[in-house]
Amino acid sequence: MLDLLSGFVTELRRAGLPVSLTEHLDAAEAVHHVPLEDREALKYALAATLVKSSSHWRAFETAFEVFFAVRTGGHGVAGELDADGNEIDQDAEGAAGAGEGSGRGRGRGSGGGEAMTPEELAEMLFKSLLSADDALMNAVARNAVERYAGMEPGRPVGGTYYLYRTLRNLDLDGVLAKLMGQAQAGAPGGLTDLEERLAGDEYKVRIEKFRRAVETEIRRRLVEDRGAEALARSVRKPLPEDIDVMHATRDELAVLHRVLQPLSRKLAVRLARKRRHGRKGPLDFRATMRRSLSTGGVPIEPRFRHPRPSKPEIFVIADISGSVASFARFTLHLVYAISSQFSKVRSFVFVDGIDEVTRFFEGVVDPAEAVARINLEADVIWVDGHSDYGHALTEFHRRWGDQVTSRSSVLLLGDARNNYHASASWVVEDLQRKARHVFWLNPEPRDYWGSGDSIVGEYAAHCDEVVECRTLRQLEHFVGNLA
Amino acid sequence: MSADAGTAAGKTAAGRDAAETSRKLGLPDAGPPRFASLDAVRDGLHDVGYLADDSISGVVYLADRLAKPVLVEGPAGTGKTQLAKSVAELAGARLIRLQCYEGLDESKALYEWNYRKQLLRIQAGGPGETGSGPAGTGSEPAGDGEKRGPSWKELEEDIFSEEFLLTRPLLEAIRSTDPVVLLVDEVDRVELETEALLLEILSEYQVSIPELGTVKATRLPMVFLTSNNTRELSEALKRRCLYLHIDYPDLDRERAIVRTRVPGITEELADQVARIVRSLRTLELRKPPSVSETLDWARTLVLLGIETIDAAGARDTLHILLKYQTDIERAAKELLSAG
Repeated sequence: MLDLLSGFVTELRRAGLPVSLTEHLDAAEAVHHVPLEDREALKYALAATLVKSSSHWRAFETAFEVFFAVRTGGHGVAGELDADGNEIDQDAEGAAGAGEGSGRGRGRGSGGGEAMTPEELAEMLFKSLLSADDALMNAVARNAVERYAGMEPGRPVGGTYYLYRTLRNLDLDGVLAKLMGQAQAGAPGGLTDLEERLAGDEYKVRIEKFRRAVETEIRRRLVEDRGAEALARSVRKPLPEDIDVMHATRDELAVLHRVLQPLSRKLAVRLARKRRHGRKGPLDFRATMRRSLSTGGVPIEPRFRHPRPSKPEIFVIADISGSVASFARFTLHLVYAISSQFSKVRSFVFVDGIDEVTRFFEGVVDPAEAVARINLEADVIWVDGHSDYGHALTEFHRRWGDQVTSRSSVLLLGDARNNYHASASWVVEDLQRKARHVFWLNPEPRDYWGSGDSIVGEYAAHCDEVVECRTLRQLEHFVGNLA
Repeated sequence: MSADAGTAAGKTAAGRDAAETSRKLGLPDAGPPRFASLDAVRDGLHDVGYLADDSISGVVYLADRLAKPVLVEGPAGTGKTQLAKSVAELAGARLIRLQCYEGLDESKALYEWNYRKQLLRIQAGGPGETGSGPAGTGSEPAGDGEKRGPSWKELEEDIFSEEFLLTRPLLEAIRSTDPVVLLVDEVDRVELETEALLLEILSEYQVSIPELGTVKATRLPMVFLTSNNTRELSEALKRRCLYLHIDYPDLDRERAIVRTRVPGITEELADQVARIVRSLRTLELRKPPSVSETLDWARTLVLLGIETIDAAGARDTLHILLKYQTDIERAAKELLSAG
């Protein structure tokens, strides 16, 4: 057990979770106090001692599924058909109790290797979803994987492909439609919109549960095939704050959106506090004397004035062409979330033309809405809709250049991939002369800078700093230091 | 049954060994267990009206066995504070609550010397009335013409005695001889530096007062810290705690919660309430409805005598569940559009 735990902790550390030695010891002790045969209890014991942030939960869960799938879940994992068959049989028996008469026979049949027909399988899936019967659902998941996933031993994959293959054959959307039809027909006088919506949500939850059952099953088989540590390596996912924004998949972007809001709120709170408590102002003589009256004129507690540090004015100039659009959106979101820390935030977006978008953010509570509007309404196309930093910067200089003062900080966002247009780096040079700071945020890895049509080097000469900003963590760090 | 008893006996023996080792290592001794088993915790919490799921009861049980504080995080209104209250009720302990806020410092959280009283004492000069216990009272007042008063050393010892100490919640929880549950509420509101105050208590269950020495806990309190996650807590704090994330409950649990906490609600209505709330949480709202808001809503429906929720009824009472106009509009559009 201790070896297993050590392996597990190592895997968590590899996945980026900060697990300290103390926490490892705590986990080892906690394991003593829970019944080992209870997998859920074990999971919570480990989670409580090892995972200290809810955003790490996903990584923990993945690792847990891999490491503790075989040992606790399967007695029949030796791969004998017979053992497998028995397991299914038990499950199906549970189903039979719930009114599924023929479940037993089918379960046995599939265990013996002669799988049931696709129609039967679909029928059983439908029934299990309709009656929310977990045991039957798991049995169906097992069968479906057996039948459709077509797993090949030894292939170093994470299982996403098998999942896709299994689910494609089951046509879950069709099942959902069928379930809804059933619900509609079952209700006397039809469903109201509200009821329909509720029923739909209920079935979606069940289908999601089934999807997870399939996923677990696939993972169980993979572990059996290749061992926990090898699999853990291929299913490891980056923590939300470490996802590369430029190359995020759609799922990852959704995750990022979810963490962005709490992140920006945290940042705002932290900065507001820093501002208020960062340092003390000069002695407030009047307040100190008033205070000392309660101690007989002895000034025990000196009082200080609140400091009023000056707030910078921010110009954000962001490239929103396809490749870096999501990065620009995240940055704008973060900057506006903490806009109270700045005397003013003005934002400009460009592709080859440039447009001021400050107006979208005025009077909007949620920066996300404004960011969404930018994509639709900003006028950023000049000729062909390919990035042209040179023209955009020249244009910025002509229209707004004289508004940049020594109280302004300028943030330039983009990968500086200029499609071989002129760079117009004299604009940046001029901005640097006028402004307090000029920063360039580049969402590309540092190694790619200056390769191909990237001309970040030309601009870098005139910037206070060029920062690599690929992940939310880096972005948060930068924006935090700005205020 | 007999197997059960066997494992229980085995466990207590193991527990004794563990206690032995931890004493050698200088770790706090967990003391006799407050709860018999995992199930006892869950059932017990259920009896005091708190429906815990497996993770909650599991962590509470572990917190007791490992003598570790629990850091509870989660969205607002999911019963973090209530958990501490319920555990206190279950364990028959007194709840000591420290509400955190920005600017909380050790004089409000730990202890403070009573300056005013000390000043008075010094000005009054003569030997303390109660400083050396009630025996000294009035027995030798103004002695035989000894008007110099006590020496400075005596005075110093005197004014830094317990009599001049104002205990604040943390110290109170440590010194208490009867069982207590300490709740440090919204710990994320204090500054990072203030957090350090908690560290000694959380790991060693003791408070060091420079003038007095170290006050050790006679009975280890159960400690709960809650956080709304407005900022990242320090690693040092997290490391000392068990972590529990309480999320919105799933359908079954929420329905059960509604049924236990709202008297007089019918099963169908509770079911409907829970399902609507679940659907609302899948929408992208600025502030998804919390459990406490669900309960408020259910109570309102019961008071209004609504048996089943239809679109119109839902729309009229939606403002209890959702607190932003944009959220209400969106929910009405998504869920109740053509109703």
